[in-house]
Amino acid sequence: MSDAPASPPSRAAILEILDSVKDPEVPVLSVTELGIVRDVDVDASGAVTVTVTPTYSGCPAIQVIEDDILAALADAGIPHARVVTSYAPAWTTDWIGPDARAKLKAYGIAPPRPAEQGGLVQLLRARTAPPCPYCDSRDTEIRSEFGPTACKAVCWCRSCGQPFEEFKSF
Amino acid sequence: MTAPSVLPPPPPPPHDELELLLRLGDDRLVLGHRLSEWCGHAPILEEDIALANVALDLLGQATMLLRRAGEVEGQGRDEDALAYWREAVEFRNCLLVEQPNGDFAFTIARQFLFDVYAVVTLDALSRSRNADVAAIAAKALKEAKYHVRHSGEWMLMLGDGTEESHRRVQRALDELWRFTPELFVADDVAARLAAQGIAPDLPALRAQWHSLVQDVVQRATLTLPHDSSHTPHLNGGRAGMHSEHLGHLLAEMQIVARSHPGAKW
Repeated sequence: MSDAPASPPSRAAILEILDSVKDPEVPVLSVTELGIVRDVDVDASGAVTVTVTPTYSGCPAIQVIEDDILAALADAGIPHARVVTSYAPAWTTDWIGPDARAKLKAYGIAPPRPAEQGGLVQLLRARTAPPCPYCDSRDTEIRSEFGPTACKAVCWCRSCGQPFEEFKSF
Repeated sequence: MTAPSVLPPPPPPPHDELELLLRLGDDRLVLGHRLSEWCGHAPILEEDIALANVALDLLGQATMLLRRAGEVEGQGRDEDALAYWREAVEFRNCLLVEQPNGDFAFTIARQFLFDVYAVVTLDALSRSRNADVAAIAAKALKEAKYHVRHSGEWMLMLGDGTEESHRRVQRALDELWRFTPELFVADDVAARLAAQGIAPDLPALRAQWHSLVQDVVQRATLTLPHDSSHTPHLNGGRAGMHSEHLGHLLAEMQIVARSHPGAKW
């Protein structure tokens, strides 16, 4: 008697499982909402391969995310999945959808603005700060483009006096 | 039975793609380590965090590049083996990145000169005919743009700041300038890579780099050092001929891995 499932899991079912895997640093968003999951493949034998892409190349969460993906799939009865990494196209915050942006704001993180194009050397003085996610004031400033995690900048709201993080446009 | 030969084995044939990946990876590994030395010592908390963030990005880029280098080499070495078990003469980083941190102005000037070099070269490498190199470069370029914004902004603040900060950052520029020609030297490896469309023609990128550097330096009320024949240009890093500083850096970076081989935590 084989303990293989009667039929291989569908791609949609796997994506639903992956949507339960949260980013360890931004736990309101799943790895699918963040655009970290790039592809799911189920071959004829039922073998599952999940393709992920790192956010920042040094992001220490990537190993945790891979482990969490494998654990979630194993819990759902898919024990032998594989995670592979792809670098191209490079991850961008433009892949984060409107619902996920609303969740970020509700969590107190200013959502990313459109990814910047343009010149190779652009200095901070040309940038504006994002609106405050707490009081929506535009009277804000960027204190540092490098925050407690690679993906976030540290900002300050002059209206309500609240420090807040911005999910950096990338 | 034949006597053991005292001759060294013949050198392996040149492997240009491996050399390219080591040059790019080692620049970032060494500079990332230098920046990590600031952790807990930077002048303000935001800056401590910023320098650690940049160090982490550079370490991440080095990981991607050295992992690929190990695959291309095909001798079973991964990124950790390449980082922790090579000797100084096997490192291919430029001399600029191994220079000790000095004061904060020196670290910022070193970072700024490298960051502009990084955006210019990564932009060109993102169009490489080698798909792996192009993918890593395109990803790293996005991070490098944040890095140069940080170091460039500090060049303005220090240069156009107090008399003391101006003096210190100008002194740093003057001291570091002799390490910059090396960044654009096309040795045989670089020339072959350029001819194959895998890497850019480095000497041709120098004008773009110079103009981007000059723009910020002028706005910072600083003066770009002259390319004087009195100041010897230093190079050799790409061939493994390093300053004494690299050995000390590696001793600290490698000691845990070498004292506890195979340790996991």
